[in-house]
Amino acid sequence: MSVDVREKIAVTPPAVPMTTGKKHGRPRLGGYLMMAVAVAVMILPLVWMMLASFKQRDEIYTVPIQWLPESFELSNYFAALAAVPFGNFFINSLITTVVGATLKISLGLTTAYAVVFLEFPFKKFIFGLVVFALLVPQQIVIIPNYTLVSDLGWINSYQGLILPGLASAFGTFLFRQHFLTLPISILEAAALDGASHWTRLWKFVVPISAPTIAAVALVSIVSEWNEYLWPLLVVDKAEMMTLPVGLTLLQNNDGVTNWGVLMAGTVLITVPVLIVFFLLQRRIVTGLTSGAVTG
Amino acid sequence: MSTMTPPVVMRKRRTPWKSWLLFLLFAGPNVALLIIFTYKPLIQSLQYSLLQWNIGSATARFVGLSNYSNWFTDPTTANVVKVTVIFTLVTVAGGMVLGLSLALLLNRKLRGTGMARTVVVAPYVLSGVAVGLLWLFVFDPNFGVLGAVLKGIGLGSPDWYNDPSWALPMIIIVYLWKNVGYVALIYLAALQAVPKDLLEAATLDGAGPFASFRNVMLPLLGPTTFFLSVTTLLSSLQSFDIIQAMTKGGPLEGTTTMMYQIYQEGFATGRAGYSSAIATILFLVLLVITAVQMLFIQKKVHY
Repeated sequence: MSVDVREKIAVTPPAVPMTTGKKHGRPRLGGYLMMAVAVAVMILPLVWMMLASFKQRDEIYTVPIQWLPESFELSNYFAALAAVPFGNFFINSLITTVVGATLKISLGLTTAYAVVFLEFPFKKFIFGLVVFALLVPQQIVIIPNYTLVSDLGWINSYQGLILPGLASAFGTFLFRQHFLTLPISILEAAALDGASHWTRLWKFVVPISAPTIAAVALVSIVSEWNEYLWPLLVVDKAEMMTLPVGLTLLQNNDGVTNWGVLMAGTVLITVPVLIVFFLLQRRIVTGLTSGAVTG
Repeated sequence: MSTMTPPVVMRKRRTPWKSWLLFLLFAGPNVALLIIFTYKPLIQSLQYSLLQWNIGSATARFVGLSNYSNWFTDPTTANVVKVTVIFTLVTVAGGMVLGLSLALLLNRKLRGTGMARTVVVAPYVLSGVAVGLLWLFVFDPNFGVLGAVLKGIGLGSPDWYNDPSWALPMIIIVYLWKNVGYVALIYLAALQAVPKDLLEAATLDGAGPFASFRNVMLPLLGPTTFFLSVTTLLSSLQSFDIIQAMTKGGPLEGTTTMMYQIYQEGFATGRAGYSSAIATILFLVLLVITAVQMLFIQKKVHY
């Protein structure tokens, strides 16, 4: 079909300028209305969460519902912090995310560099091995991995949390795509200067690939931060839990959910991510779409 | 370049130990991790699926394929398959329709589309657990905001999380809310790559907005649609967080998908062999879907 259109373009005289302006009045209003509805649907649940985190019990358990809290008191936050070790959750999430994402990106970079720039007989096979791993989701292999980690005595440990999901398949794939587009002249100049491969990777390839790396890194930071099933399995001590796992401890402790406290906890885990997202959204969006463009 | 060629060729032929070492240093750790935590467990999972074995237990009994035959004949399986199929189809199809509509809306020359895009994508980066929990309060039939809205338009609120026939729609709504932004984002990128002159040409030829969408846009969006249908299908089949946070597979197993059953059998009931059999079946399903994608991409789609 698209071919027909292309042929038509060739025939169409380009003389007539597009008329814009008066035709747009009505559809525009409709467009704005739809946009308002879409934004409201996306935002209202988040607003509802944030408002609830400041509400007292009698403001929550009331019919008809009350939108605004009487005052913006922090008592729910204090209650959440007192009920569960949120500080530990936060530190554990931070450690697993920072260490996990840094190592994962480094592994992706070195593997992609090897596949693109090093001479090796089984290069294609190795790359195939890495990319084929994309077909094996971590969710499918939880039982053998759990058994291994538990045999190693790594339950409730950082290595148990981080190592099983550390390998970089998707990152390697994206970095390879990117490395193939790099101008070879820069690397050749570096090679002539006697720079080792290690130096060439970190001093030349990485700096000129910074935007791509940042985009991939941000996406992997977000997904590590939100990771849930694996940390749920390998941690049973509260002090070693990450935020998503620890958050569920606030749920249904005494049969009736204390919504105010639970929503305060939910705010504590979502708001840092939202802030990062709003600040760095351009890069995050690039990271999210890069998979689609190359795939 | 020409000065460098001879040594490179030399190296290629002999592959001295230095090259091996270098490659091992660069790619070795990643490959080792993949073998230890992806490929080996994949094979182990196949082995486990032939055992009657409880997690943590020292003894196991070889039972052949009976875990598989048990799953296929178990009375609860029909329900699990039904839940999985409904959840997957509705989240994938619904996500595509809503995502494309949003993308078309955000692609228009309107003020505030940048801000709206940010808002639409935001839930996608949030923790599935947090999203599930905050929506539990939205859905609360007595004190939730949705119940109030429904009451406002003269409807009663269903008892979302205690009624088996409403729990699945609830999970689907939350999943769509969280993930539709991703679909919209990918479609938006594809829409912005559509050459403007194509659409202008269609308009000049007298095509209305609907006709030009159907005849020009939709075919051009084919590869994107296909990519999204496969990726969203795979992630829907693996989704866990929202179900665990909101319903734990209940009520009356009304929201137990295959993925959730793998977790439940393996870690709640402890039947690791049985759970591994289900995991293997799910893996085969994922593999077939991906294989179809590969074939399709090679045959039809060239972007």
